[in-house]
Amino acid sequence: MTNVNVGDTVAQREFQLSRDSLVRYAGTSGDFNPIHYRDDVAKSVGLPGVLAHGMLTMGIAAQPAIEWLGDPGRVLDYQVRFTRPVLVDPERGALVTVVAKIGAIEDERLRIDLTVTFNDETVLGKAQLWARI
Amino acid sequence: MPVNPELVGRQFPAAAPYLVGREKVREFANAVFSQNPINLDLDAARAAGYSDLVAPPTFPIVVQERTLAQLLAEPDAGIDFTRVVHGDQRFSYTRPIVAGDELTATLAVTSVKSLGGHNMVTSESVIVDADGKHVVTAISTLVVRGDE
Repeated sequence: MTNVNVGDTVAQREFQLSRDSLVRYAGTSGDFNPIHYRDDVAKSVGLPGVLAHGMLTMGIAAQPAIEWLGDPGRVLDYQVRFTRPVLVDPERGALVTVVAKIGAIEDERLRIDLTVTFNDETVLGKAQLWARI
Repeated sequence: MPVNPELVGRQFPAAAPYLVGREKVREFANAVFSQNPINLDLDAARAAGYSDLVAPPTFPIVVQERTLAQLLAEPDAGIDFTRVVHGDQRFSYTRPIVAGDELTATLAVTSVKSLGGHNMVTSESVIVDADGKHVVTAISTLVVRGDE
């Protein structure tokens, strides 16, 4: 971890989300908004279809960086802005790609910048995770 | 109805304490596709120096949720739940959450802004342990979409 430089890609992973993933996240988080599992409700509020919970996307986006860090307890600060929805097709699901790069290095902590894409567009803005070195 | 600008500075009563269960941590870790043994395996967590499983970094949303429910239910807030979209989210830690923690969250509204017909409500939920020591602060901006 000491011999990395700003700009280095330290982790990358693809996540295949399915409707099952959304139901599982709804159950564990307690967010039972039906736009995350019912097409009819999603369409009735003007959405193109069922969307992943923003907090599910934020949750998976941290994982590759934490795998690289080794210890989830090193995370000091984690923030994202929700910029675009992740539409989860009932049959094909949604493929979300996460790339984690070193954004800054300080004496006792470093910042990992996350690029999270779905359908070739980024879905999170200012996705930054600070970790203890 | 616009969001009430007088919400800024308002602090809500502490939500009921939340006891972090070991299986809940495992369940949440699985739901966010964690493969990290410190989230999942008690021996691995103890070998890394923790008393129990460590929760993934977005886990505090479960605790914060109780305080956001208070905010949304506030009679004079003017927040129409059906028009709410999650704008941004942040977690700032003093220490990681570990199974067995008893956490209490207290929400305060820090800003109400209007932009392009939408309202943005930012709140901070300060989460402390059973000794009253700071664990994590969860900061959310909710976007309340305008009438159009």
